[in-house]
Amino acid sequence: MKIAFTSSGTTWESIIDPRFGRTEYIVIFDEESQELSAVDNSSVKNEAHGAGTATSQRVFELSPDVLITGNGPGDNASTALKHLKMKILVNAHDLTLRQAYEKYKNGELKEV
Amino acid sequence: MTSQKPLKIAIASGKGGTGKTTLSTNLAAFIAEQQEVVLVDLDVEEPNSGLFLNGEMIHEEFNYKMTPQWDESKCTVCGICRKVCNFHAIIQLGPSILVFPELCHSCYACSELCTVDALPMVPKKTGILKEFSSGNLHFIESRLDIGEEQAVPTIAKTKKYAIGKFPDAQFTLFDSPPGTSCPMMEVIKDVDFVILVTEPTPFGLHDLSLAVETIRAYKKPCGVVINRYGIGNNDVIEYCQNENIPILAKIANSREIAELYSSGKLIYRTIPEVKVALNEILDYCLNNVEGGNK
Amino acid sequence: MKEIVIISGKGGTGKTSLTAAFAVLGGNDVVVADCDVDAADMHLLLQPDFNYSDDFYSGELAYIEQADCIRCGKCKDVCRFDAISVKLNRFTIDPMNCEGCGYCARICPAHCIRNKSRLAGKWYISNIRTGSIMVHARLGIGADNSGKLVAKVKDEAKGIAIEEQKEFVLIDGSPGIGCPVVSSLSGASFVVLVTEPSVSGLHDLKRVYELVKKFKIRAACIINKADINLVKCAEIEQFLAEEGIVHLADLPYDENFTKAMTQGQTIVEYDDGLLKDLVTDSWEKVKRLVREE
Repeated sequence: MKIAFTSSGTTWESIIDPRFGRTEYIVIFDEESQELSAVDNSSVKNEAHGAGTATSQRVFELSPDVLITGNGPGDNASTALKHLKMKILVNAHDLTLRQAYEKYKNGELKEV
Repeated sequence: MTSQKPLKIAIASGKGGTGKTTLSTNLAAFIAEQQEVVLVDLDVEEPNSGLFLNGEMIHEEFNYKMTPQWDESKCTVCGICRKVCNFHAIIQLGPSILVFPELCHSCYACSELCTVDALPMVPKKTGILKEFSSGNLHFIESRLDIGEEQAVPTIAKTKKYAIGKFPDAQFTLFDSPPGTSCPMMEVIKDVDFVILVTEPTPFGLHDLSLAVETIRAYKKPCGVVINRYGIGNNDVIEYCQNENIPILAKIANSREIAELYSSGKLIYRTIPEVKVALNEILDYCLNNVEGGNK
Repeated sequence: MKEIVIISGKGGTGKTSLTAAFAVLGGNDVVVADCDVDAADMHLLLQPDFNYSDDFYSGELAYIEQADCIRCGKCKDVCRFDAISVKLNRFTIDPMNCEGCGYCARICPAHCIRNKSRLAGKWYISNIRTGSIMVHARLGIGADNSGKLVAKVKDEAKGIAIEEQKEFVLIDGSPGIGCPVVSSLSGASFVVLVTEPSVSGLHDLKRVYELVKKFKIRAACIINKADINLVKCAEIEQFLAEEGIVHLADLPYDENFTKAMTQGQTIVEYDDGLLKDLVTDSWEKVKRLVREE
């Protein structure tokens, strides 16, 4: 399984970015290889409009199985993400990636 | 009243809540007691003028913009459309192209640069235009659908509709969206005169001065109506004197006005001083504003 | 660090006055962010020192490199916004009309059209008289407010709050229901709605609350000028009850709001009676509710 996080940083100790479209980074954890990698999303963050759809495009290209975020994607991003067969878990704001991952493993995060 | 060229007047304010809609609706209803008047609510995100006016709806039509529609059978999934869209209104998910019409600015780049014609432009509803009539008063409003971001094309279209339908009306009043950004500029760019509604407070003055800067960029004449006169201080009056901006009328601060407004009632019908103020505004416009701007 | 956003849907309800009052009550615990960039007025009450300023760019603008232009006119043909004009065989771009779609630059056979970032305004980090910090912005004439500027102001405020270990970021939210207000709400911990009992007040409150619901953010409401229309006030109260929105306070119609503003003060500094108590009590409730989140 590949897990994607919207994150304010690039490590396990980074805090989840509650925003989807304007998230600082998209961090991917590959459970198989146990590798953590980060994609800088700042170019999208700086778009005047359409950040939600642009970030959806990126997430699609990273093809995770699960997305863990805070507030949940806005209207346009939700429409886009519906087309990806991906589980979206919200309400992980204020947590570090590590804490959010543990909560996910224990089934404590809410699915949209 | 002297007859002259048709007058197109915008009623605007730098910030919301200063009484712009109150002035628009009262002025329109007051003029309508004697002659034909057209009121156009161009605050298309939150058109509220209709809450204060009664009338029979005589026309209704959808507003549209052109957006691309994906034709799967023709598409070769080359991805050019996505790359040329500066507004992220198109994304490509594997073999599918997804269009987000709300984000589209109708630039046609994706459609015309598609090598296989797989993104023809089609009309997409963006909102609704309504026209009401009550005696001498013609009232036109447009409302954007939720999620639609571009007010400017709807404002342009609604203006065109109003002017096309009533080219000879002595008075056409445009209730402008608040603020000083693109939607407000679209409203004022081809009017004869702008009435700025403000309050004699620091917030009122600050937002008024921004609005004046914007109007001057378009070299439009303007005048100020001071609402809630008596509260605050004299800084707005001093500002207008220094900047040579005429003060058309002052409407006294009163709790009664606030109460009438809150229940959606026309104020001048109850409060004679407001009627006097409306008359002053009207006189100024008839005697000092050059009409006929296209 | 928690983000508290104050919004109202319609203008003139007292949103900015209340946000500034909360900023004074919160003192050193809050970083203030003025995201009402269309009518950024909070600086008039909090007297920022404009300590740091920077240009803000948003969107794009086409620009024709005249030396390389072959005057083929293709750019003018494809532009849907009438942004390209030709005078004396010289093609130029009207920045007021250009949407920044980039179509002209893509098809120019001489590759002489560039897209440059559009200067949209300035943003500032200021010390304010509460002993804390405020992040604010000013849009240029005719510049379009966007989610991006709001996000920028919020981000800077959040960064400062984290660095200086402040408990709250207090955000004066954008008006309306468009992209800027969505950006104000994105990432927020708590929303305070400010409304007034008028036909348009309730109408606009409902529209903006739809957005709050989408983001699943807990909300509370202050009804300003509550005694001006008791029927409408009751309708608002019913709406709050139905939606499970915490009803913080009913504030009376009171000219002290304006008098305070004229003195460059907030209501809790100017008034010494009921209003001050009600606003102070509302802030205490907000803090408690936010800490529960």
